[in-house]
Amino acid sequence: MAGTRARVRIGGDLGFRLLTGGFAVLVIVIVIGIGFELWRQSQLSIQKFGFGFWATKTWDPVSGDFGALPFIWGTLYSSILALLISTPVALGIAIFLSELAPNWLKQPLGFLTELLAAIPSIVYGLWGIFVLVPWVRTLQLHMPALLKATPFFSGPPLGVGMLSAALILAVMVIPFSSSVAREVLKAVPVAQREAAYALGATQWEAIRAALFYARTGIIGAVMLGFGRALGETMAVTMLIGNNPQISWSLNAPQYTMAAVLANEFTEASDELYLHALIEIGLVLFIITLFVNVLSRLLIWSMARSMSPKARRVVAAPASEAA
Amino acid sequence: MSRKSFAVLATAVAMATSVVAQQNVHINGAGATFPYPIYSKWFAEYAKLHENAQINYQSIGSGGGIRQVTAQTVFFGATDGPMTPEQLLAAPGKILHFPTVLGAVVPVYNVEGVSELKFTGPVLADIFLGKITKWNDPAIAKLNPGVNLPVADITVAHRSDGSGTTYIFVDYLAKLSSEWKEKVGIATSVNWPVGVGGKGNEGVAGLVKQTPGAIGYVELIYALQNKISYGTVQNSAGEFVRASVESVTACAAAAVKSMPKDFRVSITNAPGTGVYPISSFTWLLVYENPKDKVQAKVFVDFMKWALTDGQKFAPELGYAPLPAEIVKLEMAAISQIKL
Amino acid sequence: MTRDAQRRLLSLAVTSFCGLSVVIALVPLAMILFFVLSQGLGSLNLDFFTHMPLPVGEAGGGMANAIAGSLIVTGLGALFAIPVGLLAGIYAAEFAGSRLASAVRFAADTLNGVPSIVIGVFVYGLVVLPIKQFTAVAGGVALGIMMVPIIARTTEELLLLVPGGLREGALALGATRGRAIFTVVLPAAFPGIVTGIMLALARIAGETAPLLFTAFNNRFWSTRLDQPIATLTVQVYTYAISPYEDWHRQAWAGALVLVSLVLSCSVLARVATRRLERMQVGR
Repeated sequence: MAGTRARVRIGGDLGFRLLTGGFAVLVIVIVIGIGFELWRQSQLSIQKFGFGFWATKTWDPVSGDFGALPFIWGTLYSSILALLISTPVALGIAIFLSELAPNWLKQPLGFLTELLAAIPSIVYGLWGIFVLVPWVRTLQLHMPALLKATPFFSGPPLGVGMLSAALILAVMVIPFSSSVAREVLKAVPVAQREAAYALGATQWEAIRAALFYARTGIIGAVMLGFGRALGETMAVTMLIGNNPQISWSLNAPQYTMAAVLANEFTEASDELYLHALIEIGLVLFIITLFVNVLSRLLIWSMARSMSPKARRVVAAPASEAA
Repeated sequence: MSRKSFAVLATAVAMATSVVAQQNVHINGAGATFPYPIYSKWFAEYAKLHENAQINYQSIGSGGGIRQVTAQTVFFGATDGPMTPEQLLAAPGKILHFPTVLGAVVPVYNVEGVSELKFTGPVLADIFLGKITKWNDPAIAKLNPGVNLPVADITVAHRSDGSGTTYIFVDYLAKLSSEWKEKVGIATSVNWPVGVGGKGNEGVAGLVKQTPGAIGYVELIYALQNKISYGTVQNSAGEFVRASVESVTACAAAAVKSMPKDFRVSITNAPGTGVYPISSFTWLLVYENPKDKVQAKVFVDFMKWALTDGQKFAPELGYAPLPAEIVKLEMAAISQIKL
Repeated sequence: MTRDAQRRLLSLAVTSFCGLSVVIALVPLAMILFFVLSQGLGSLNLDFFTHMPLPVGEAGGGMANAIAGSLIVTGLGALFAIPVGLLAGIYAAEFAGSRLASAVRFAADTLNGVPSIVIGVFVYGLVVLPIKQFTAVAGGVALGIMMVPIIARTTEELLLLVPGGLREGALALGATRGRAIFTVVLPAAFPGIVTGIMLALARIAGETAPLLFTAFNNRFWSTRLDQPIATLTVQVYTYAISPYEDWHRQAWAGALVLVSLVLSCSVLARVATRRLERMQVGR
């Protein structure tokens, strides 16, 4: 910390700091603005339901009874599942492309994985409906009775449901996590790896050293993917079944916050209904904030284990270390 | 950057041609998705007759249409469900409703070996309430003697997004099932007791097509285009009627006698023979005293054309034209708009 | 098994898994691309690129206005997002210890999770409602806001990984902070930053919801920034949810064009980056 402040005092280019700082403030202002608007435009609902909104299971536009719990469940369940499926694959791709692949293969393969990000949400949804859902339904039909007895696979084999949604989310998230992770791994100084090899490491152990070095960047990559999953609307709503129920079963149709907001927003015409929908947006916003706080804490606790010399809030440039 | 220079070039071309464009009257409208195909046909046909009239309509949903016309970001709105008294009060000026065409909602299903099924309102309500859960339930069998109904679970498919189609369907169910009216109610989006939600008519059609044993509801044109079996529904005269251009128009004709002055009416389950009971108008929303008189003149002329010459384009696109008596009432009502 | 052999086996297992991951990712990609191609290729013809949308049943309709519109709106979005994202990311990296940097990082991650429809509604209230007019600019702002967090976070992460020696060397030579960053550090992280920008573009290229309430859509040819403008995504969406086979085919063609546009943009960016890399001494 002292080094940073000294550098500012000594090399300080005030204009540079003001310029970049100004835009940094702009980003913060935008986010605060969105949060504020969400809060302001959901007042009717906040006043009527208070904190009970978070715990209520009903969503009834006719009687004016609204609650966010099933949607919170659906969002978190689908996004965490997607993350569990996609992170190992994304990291695997990142490692393969930055460490293991022969040079001539790196560019085209990397390009292909990024292509996954270029596919519009609606195309994922349509492909999901025509290809993924029937496949999942077949899987569900042929599931051994032992698995069907568990709470994770109970319920009729509809095809649409949590599993399909989580799978498509995982595929959509992979390019984001893997591209950023790959760039992060590429930027790890060669010296790190060479030091590991010099000590007799196997390939995996050298990779592990690189992963450790870049760990905060990797977490950043994973968070990027998670944010994508939390906010994804179109593909999810086409595959998740859109039933506001809370269930551990991967077969069960469920509902997410982004999906219900997108589905009902254009048609909602009475004020309370509209405000309740916007409050769902607010709930999602707050949950995203909360998830970020958790990941910050995770990164901070990781940074704590670094040497004082290398300690910065994020990954340390290590020209001195190694 | 190639993208940027393309934009610059395109803008330059647009500016050069804008001199001619300035004489065009450009009108924006927004609203229901259901009438989008016929409206886009109408605007194109009308433009062939009046080259300077550029009417741009986008389907963002009935609710969206009501909101945008209230906020005056568009000149006209379109909705599958009439505005409520609260919504009318919230508008800065008086908004008039004009029915344009008719649509029908049909029950679609995917039952092996069965092509035609008969339904009544109460039976449909019980299925969607989750009270009837199997296809070979006695209530369904009674209506369909001689049909080999399988011992299979019924999977209910409904709309996940708010929609006028839902409104029409639940409006009908509520009229025939007091339990539905009490428990679920009528709105563009309801708390469905059972089932999976599909996005859009396409979503429901897709779900039904892909899920054996499924039942859903879609606009007639979607059942026709997707080639899904749809059933007949019993009307108030006791007949089992199949949705068609004739039976839907008959439903509106039957409702003429009780047509209110502002055309805001539900015609589901209208009395009479040959009537398909799950039918509804779709409306255009226009201010009684629009601010832009130039746009108003063009649009009023368009509406007169649409209600007369335009109706002939309806059947081939799957819509039912308005009965003559209603057109007469509307042409008179159009004169209310202050030009 | 000896410990050595154990370690080697583990290494083999992990590296095989990594190779397998690439295959796992490529399988759905191939299937989806095949799907889009098979559905859309047949409907791609000259009309598609030169005509305006026509009502159903009339042959020869196209999405020329939507293609132009998408380019314009995406361009506007990039125009807004690239400077904002880059500079915010630079601040977060260069002044990493400060509270503002933590706040920016936090804000960017939060913004990333906001559903696109919420951003559309936000921009609607901010830009459309006050002037009671749907505009292409509003669409650009909405898309830009969505791009900012991806660009900012990627820029930040990559700048942080540039070896401190590079930075300090430039400063030691007497460069001001700004000069050091813009002429030395940023170019070093450039390829990664370009990846971030491409990801951001890909992210917004397929978005519909934010445009519905901002740029609206337009049946007619329009490149004016203060009027509603057609976009591929909204047009594809409108056609996809219709009941007509012909419109479905056009929707697929539109999706194919969309994917191709993002793809070619990505390729161009990669090629340009590699040229720049080769021009830099010592790389």
